[in-house]
Amino acid sequence: MKYFRLVWKNVWRKKIRTSLTILSVLVAFLLFALLSALGYAFKAGVDVADAERLVVIDKISLINPIPMSYQNRIASTPGVQSVTHASWFGGFYQEPRNQFGQFPVNPENYFDMYPEFNIPPEQLEAFKNNRTGAVVGQELATTYGWKVGDRIPIQATIWTKADGGRTWDFVLEGIFSTDDPRGSSALMLFHYDYFEEARAFGKGTVGWYVLRVANGADPVQVANAIDLQFANSPNETETSTEAAFAQSFTSQFGNIALIVTMILAAVFFTLLLVSGNTMSQSVRERISELAVLKTLGFTDRTVLGIVLSESILIMMMGGLLGLGLGWLVVQGLSKQMAAFLPGVFLSPGAMGGAVAIMIGAGILAGIFPAVKAMRLSIIDALSRA
Amino acid sequence: MSEILARLEGVSRTYKKGKESVAVLNELDLEIPQGDFLAIMGPSGSGKTTLLNLLGGLDKPTSGKVIVGDDELSSMSNSQLSSWRSSHVGFIFQFYNLLPVLNAHRNVELPLLLTDFSSKERAERASIALDIVGLAERAKHYPRELSGGQEQRVAIARAIVSDPSLLLCDEPTGDLDRDTADEILRLLQVLNRDHGKTIIMVTHDAQAAEYAKRTLHCDKGTLEAKEAA
Repeated sequence: MKYFRLVWKNVWRKKIRTSLTILSVLVAFLLFALLSALGYAFKAGVDVADAERLVVIDKISLINPIPMSYQNRIASTPGVQSVTHASWFGGFYQEPRNQFGQFPVNPENYFDMYPEFNIPPEQLEAFKNNRTGAVVGQELATTYGWKVGDRIPIQATIWTKADGGRTWDFVLEGIFSTDDPRGSSALMLFHYDYFEEARAFGKGTVGWYVLRVANGADPVQVANAIDLQFANSPNETETSTEAAFAQSFTSQFGNIALIVTMILAAVFFTLLLVSGNTMSQSVRERISELAVLKTLGFTDRTVLGIVLSESILIMMMGGLLGLGLGWLVVQGLSKQMAAFLPGVFLSPGAMGGAVAIMIGAGILAGIFPAVKAMRLSIIDALSRA
Repeated sequence: MSEILARLEGVSRTYKKGKESVAVLNELDLEIPQGDFLAIMGPSGSGKTTLLNLLGGLDKPTSGKVIVGDDELSSMSNSQLSSWRSSHVGFIFQFYNLLPVLNAHRNVELPLLLTDFSSKERAERASIALDIVGLAERAKHYPRELSGGQEQRVAIARAIVSDPSLLLCDEPTGDLDRDTADEILRLLQVLNRDHGKTIIMVTHDAQAAEYAKRTLHCDKGTLEAKEAA
């Protein structure tokens, strides 16, 4: 700590150069924060998945529907405690850019399957009793300013009505929330029966089934037993854990994690070159000063530590500023994108990782000039000066 | 006769220049008593600075022994020498070698960072050192705001702040005009006479050497034990 003033003064020896370097570090960590938050949104579904829930989809593709008649057969499979279903609706509210998840579900048991969703009992009851009723998550209600009793028209992009219409009208009967900060409640749920009755095609099918495994049952054996029942049928199934299902859903957008990693790798490689160059210049232009420090009795290791501390300090200043700015942007972004891409969140893990990267990058950028300073010969350096 | 502070026994120093070996010092013997003010003169390349470097633990002899106080420098490791330098010797250079990013007070305080003194103690000692060299009122000034003579005074304060017994001065007035040089040399005399510092000063300047108690002439790697008049 007693060397901090010396380190601080050395860092600001060339104010413009240091400021520009800090700016480049800031931009890199701002990007890190944004990409981490977006990456988090894409894998949030995997993180909040319940190990006791299995999802049954069509073996060929998630977009292929499964017969409604499968429900009883799945429910009677040994090890299955309860079953519900959902389907992808894919509409928008008022304008095409207002897209979010809408799912026709069975209101009688859907909330039993997802205990992490909290809804007032009287609102749930009202939802069950109104065929054209719908419930939405708090995020959606906040985004669009909806309150219970509002009429919400949704424009269909896939499911036209039997009468040729594309507008599906719902009455908002309830608003639910989730306790898990990683989970999203940017969903709209409505009656499958209303959907089934009014849609023009695809009758008698659902998108996927969700089931809860009974206590003590082996989820793998249950999944195998379900898939075996429908083997060699026109609609073979693939049963997997909810996490695997979320993973396969996310992978439809491409390998987000790989894309994020590649972008960040390129950014941080450039950052290392910039910072390393700054530190090399900084050491080169004060060879005689470093020799004087050694003459006064500063050991090789102390000189190494001072130069490395300067490099880490530059990285930390830019990094923390970038991360702070990123956090602010993510706060705004998560509100803006709550409906379209819920779960945009800068997690404590990502922030911890960013700080570790700052320290690591600081060491990497400073290690070569620091070793050069450490190995400096006092006599050579002073005679050159 | 005063106690001997520094002693060179058969010291040789040879440097490699390409494939050639250049002998800078040859079998040198020298005794420096406590409280001495010794000027070493000689032409460029005669080995004056090499001698100073050996006495300051900045360099090691090719053969022979360098003993300062109870310590044999020639057998110490680099880190031991660093530690030894921080408490036993003060260096004064021709071009002052102050750190431009620190003000006078912080420059003087620099060697004390290697001690266990608290920040308050460090500040007090740095103030005392600046007071001794007559620059207490310039403590907050940066090197660029000081004259050459003032910079050298700050460098002298830095050299004495950890209270070393030995001061090694390499052309301390080489960059100064005559009047300022005389001021610096008088200050060195005060440090020698009133504060008991043993001073070894390398100089080209015969007038500067006159401030010393004795002068030795270095030439072709040997010290001529020829006392100045």
